[in-house]
Amino acid sequence: MGKNSVDFEPKIIAFLCNWCAYAGADLAGTSRTQYPSNIRIIKLMCTGALDPTYVIKVLLEGADGVLIGGCHPGDCHYINGNYKARRRVAILKSSLETAGLESERVWLRWISASEGVYFAETVKEMVEHIKKLGPNPLKMEWAI
Amino acid sequence: MNKRILVIGGGIGGVQAGLDLAQMGIKVTLVEAKPSIGGRMAQLDKTFPTNDCSTCILSPKLYELASHPNVDIFSYSTLDKVDKKENGFQARIRKKARFVNEEKCTACGLCSEKCPVKIPDLFNKEITTTKCISIPYAQAVPAVYKIDKKHCLYFSKGKCGICQKVCTAGAIDYEQKDTIETIDFDAIIVAAGAEEYTPRIRPEYGFGIYDNVVTSIEYERILSASGPTGGHIIRPSDKTAPGSIAFIQCVGSRDISSGNYAYCSSYCCMQATKDAIITREHDQNACSTIFYIDIRAFGKDFDKFVDRAQSEYNVKYIKSRISEIIEKPKTKNLAIKYITPDGRINTKEFELVVLSVGIRIPDQIKELMTELGVKLSEYGFCPCDAFEPGITNVDGIYVCGTLMGPMDIPETVMSASAAASMAARGLLSPEISSEIIKEKPAEIAIEEKYLKIGVVVCHCGVNIGSVVDVPEVVKFAGSFRNVVFADELIYACSRDSIKYIIDKIKEHDLTRFIMASCSPRTHETLFKSALEEAGLNKYLMQMTNIRDQCSWVHQDNHEEATEKAKDLVCMAVGRSRYLQPLHELDSEVNKACLVIGGGIAGMMSALFIADNGFRAFLVEKDTELGGNLLKINYTLEEKNISWLLGKIRERVQEHPLIDVCLNTEIREIKGYVGNFTTNLTSGKEERNIEHGAVIVATGGREHETESYGYRDESYVVTQREFETMLLNKNPMLKYAHTVAMIQCVDSRESDKNYCSRVCCGEMVKNILQLKNDYPDKDVYVLYRDIRTYGMLEPYYTQARKTGALFFRYDIENKPVIQKEENGEFIITVYDEILRRYIKLRAQLIVLSVGIDPLETNDQLARMLKVPLNEDGFFHEAHVKLRPVDFATAGIFVSGLAHGPKYINESVSQAIAAASRALTIITKDKIRSEAHTAVINEVRCTGCGFCVDVCAYNAIEIDKEKNIAAVNTLMCKGCGSCAATCLSGAVDLSGFTNKQLIQEFQELFL
Repeated sequence: MGKNSVDFEPKIIAFLCNWCAYAGADLAGTSRTQYPSNIRIIKLMCTGALDPTYVIKVLLEGADGVLIGGCHPGDCHYINGNYKARRRVAILKSSLETAGLESERVWLRWISASEGVYFAETVKEMVEHIKKLGPNPLKMEWAI
Repeated sequence: MNKRILVIGGGIGGVQAGLDLAQMGIKVTLVEAKPSIGGRMAQLDKTFPTNDCSTCILSPKLYELASHPNVDIFSYSTLDKVDKKENGFQARIRKKARFVNEEKCTACGLCSEKCPVKIPDLFNKEITTTKCISIPYAQAVPAVYKIDKKHCLYFSKGKCGICQKVCTAGAIDYEQKDTIETIDFDAIIVAAGAEEYTPRIRPEYGFGIYDNVVTSIEYERILSASGPTGGHIIRPSDKTAPGSIAFIQCVGSRDISSGNYAYCSSYCCMQATKDAIITREHDQNACSTIFYIDIRAFGKDFDKFVDRAQSEYNVKYIKSRISEIIEKPKTKNLAIKYITPDGRINTKEFELVVLSVGIRIPDQIKELMTELGVKLSEYGFCPCDAFEPGITNVDGIYVCGTLMGPMDIPETVMSASAAASMAARGLLSPEISSEIIKEKPAEIAIEEKYLKIGVVVCHCGVNIGSVVDVPEVVKFAGSFRNVVFADELIYACSRDSIKYIIDKIKEHDLTRFIMASCSPRTHETLFKSALEEAGLNKYLMQMTNIRDQCSWVHQDNHEEATEKAKDLVCMAVGRSRYLQPLHELDSEVNKACLVIGGGIAGMMSALFIADNGFRAFLVEKDTELGGNLLKINYTLEEKNISWLLGKIRERVQEHPLIDVCLNTEIREIKGYVGNFTTNLTSGKEERNIEHGAVIVATGGREHETESYGYRDESYVVTQREFETMLLNKNPMLKYAHTVAMIQCVDSRESDKNYCSRVCCGEMVKNILQLKNDYPDKDVYVLYRDIRTYGMLEPYYTQARKTGALFFRYDIENKPVIQKEENGEFIITVYDEILRRYIKLRAQLIVLSVGIDPLETNDQLARMLKVPLNEDGFFHEAHVKLRPVDFATAGIFVSGLAHGPKYINESVSQAIAAASRALTIITKDKIRSEAHTAVINEVRCTGCGFCVDVCAYNAIEIDKEKNIAAVNTLMCKGCGSCAATCLSGAVDLSGFTNKQLIQEFQELFL
């Protein structure tokens, strides 16, 4: 697929939990850590509340990548929501593969409230990776 | 109710005490000397033994305290004077000039960015610099900047004034003066904390001389992702990553050579272990070595943590006290001379050395305590009686946290909660509810109205406006269907702007409101209150973060930032279309508390509930109150336990508000927070009681051992039995010339891998008593680590001075006992220093057997739907910050049921549990979370998946309708159930499927 389209600017939707990853993204801001602007953040209370169908729907709608950010294992504000997310995302990714879709477009990362720099680095890394992958093919199929 | 308590100190102790009091309905004034609250915990990277991120768990508490209507925070303030008055105190509080107007400062940080003067960053232990106008750390509460007058060019040279020029909010005020307020208080809680020992007075460790020797607190900052090195572990001399790191324990602890530090600082062993683990997580090749005297992993799950450090993170532990560190001039590496386990002297080079510094009480706190008239111990801490932890010699003044002695975070939190209910005595009443009722305009019904959306985009001075093209975003926002109003504001959070927003909501008859500005984490409450003022349900607002997550992070690309801001507004508009008014559910509270267990913990919980004016049911399965304490005669600090116990029992039994139910078992507990019904049975009698909270204080029991011939030999006894023998002057003692004590019997190994915490202290206590009564007798102690932490350490030193001999043994090489024909015992133990087996002769063997959880815990845990840990003790909601709460609301734990601990610790936790229960039962009504799970009854198939995933037991299957039913009061609003439901029947209100899907769908329209 589109290795040639490095120029394109991917659109990435991020689902971040309120307590850790969203706070980490805020910290990147307060410490003015710069990162690419390709990301659009949606706040959830917990990654455990992320219905995998949202991810599928976002991909069908045409987003080029989905980042899911939660608390580190053991840190969940709701005891174990992030473990639930970890299992769901694992299953989701294997299902995407089975369906012939690219699971590389879905990233799950643990980002704490004090990891502003890590959040920024994650976004950078993901944008570069998605640029290499090229635009989400579903977007074009849908457009027909 | 105009009761007010002064809390001195804004560390985690002061914060917890303040929150508990505020939730009980008492007004709190918290005075903190530093510019922001958070204390030492804010400086930590992670916390042991779970490696939770310290900031992540602390920040929500700080925000909660700062936004509580009952709390006034005086940061950067000191106490000029405290006078004792009739029934209370009067304090003069000096709020020092920050030269920044607190009301106006929006914490945008522009002043700091432009300030030309760099000063040492105290929060980061001077590893890096900060600006002359700054806040201590990014998440600081309150987020108000402060000018360091001493270094400021405006103050020293009369020129500069840059900060005033750039501050568009007009917050800089060079003329600001100290202000003084005089306030009356009913009681005072001192949570002033302690400071770390400065190793400069120990030149042999080279701190301040060698670049690569740092203290443990400096190392915490180096580890921290938001610290001076951005979370990269680099050593100061050459900014490279150190491959080998040495931790040196007991610097300024267990040490009388450099001052009066005979005590153990309690937490450093675990801190070093944690830091070594995190180091390894950062760098897979880094090797840490911890030089220790004894590994004091005495807390809950601490031993397992140390085991993991060794087995999974390659952390080496070497038992050796280090006397000197020498720097290699070329490499700046550090050579450490130590004694190997087999007694030889070895030298090893490390690239970085971390000194695990202990704590001490700083002079200014000692002066404060003297001013208050509170007596301090020879070490500078505030000593308290075992049965009255936190009570000082001055009536109405209470202490908590490290001021009482070295302790870790959960113990600080417990002592702080305990101080709250001690100080609250006489101020609460069941007739007065502690919930806060705010007068607000009647809410407008929106169901019948057209969807009208209003959008305000904030410039935040230049913070957003200089990067994002705000007028462009406003124009874009106005182009959406249903958006009837769109405007921009310079500072949306200023008072005038809030009034403007309220007016516009009314004028345009808005039914949804969108605020495109900063982070909802800091400003959502403010804008929500504007909606309430305008008569709109506050959940009809959607905030989108175009500052922290847009303009600040894309500063160099104005075009992209503007595009992103437009997208974010678009998403917010999409989501807002489906927002619905939400209402928290109120439920009546039964103002009584059930306390399960009549040991010391249960009795103290019941007493403090009752002393505060509320009813307590104290249920004990035995025929007598007292529990394990009935079998203890004296402790190191208290000489006459039975007399003290007698006094407490008498108070409990005669208290008109305590219903003592002896010989009683619990058959069933039904209900939820505020509304429990419990079925009690006593013989054939049966009755139901109603209560609003539950405290589990069922206790533990002495371990029954079969090791070392305990079952068969009458001259092999437990420490507890030995204590009674000493008290009764048992004739067996005459025969026994030599007593051998074996520590950690069956403990800290395979199926019982935890430390029982109290056995080392018991051993020391019995040695001191034995040597006092029979000075000629010899004592051998066979131990693994001596864990006489905190203020017990001086007793251990005393025990060693009596001539008792201590032999360390290893778990792989346990002592072996043989009985001779004459009845004597021969103990064979491997001596590491001599490198050979030695034989010891003794006539009496005393075993330290430790504490077991009760077998019945399992049954009670199932009844209450609360968890046990793998050892069988009750498992609290959060090991650090919620040490007496369960995840299930309204249920609390204290004493040995939670884990092994000393009497004073049980008492402290028990009073803390009473405090936590009081925060519920002081209310007439309790309020649910706004965001809770909602079941669509038509779609629900009753499969029960949601019941399984709920961590709070808030969902049950309604058996009649065969559908799921949510208990809104127990639901915490995480949304796990909504994500699990296969039929789309569960929604988290405020985060519904429709709202979230529309949020991104609007973007791709």
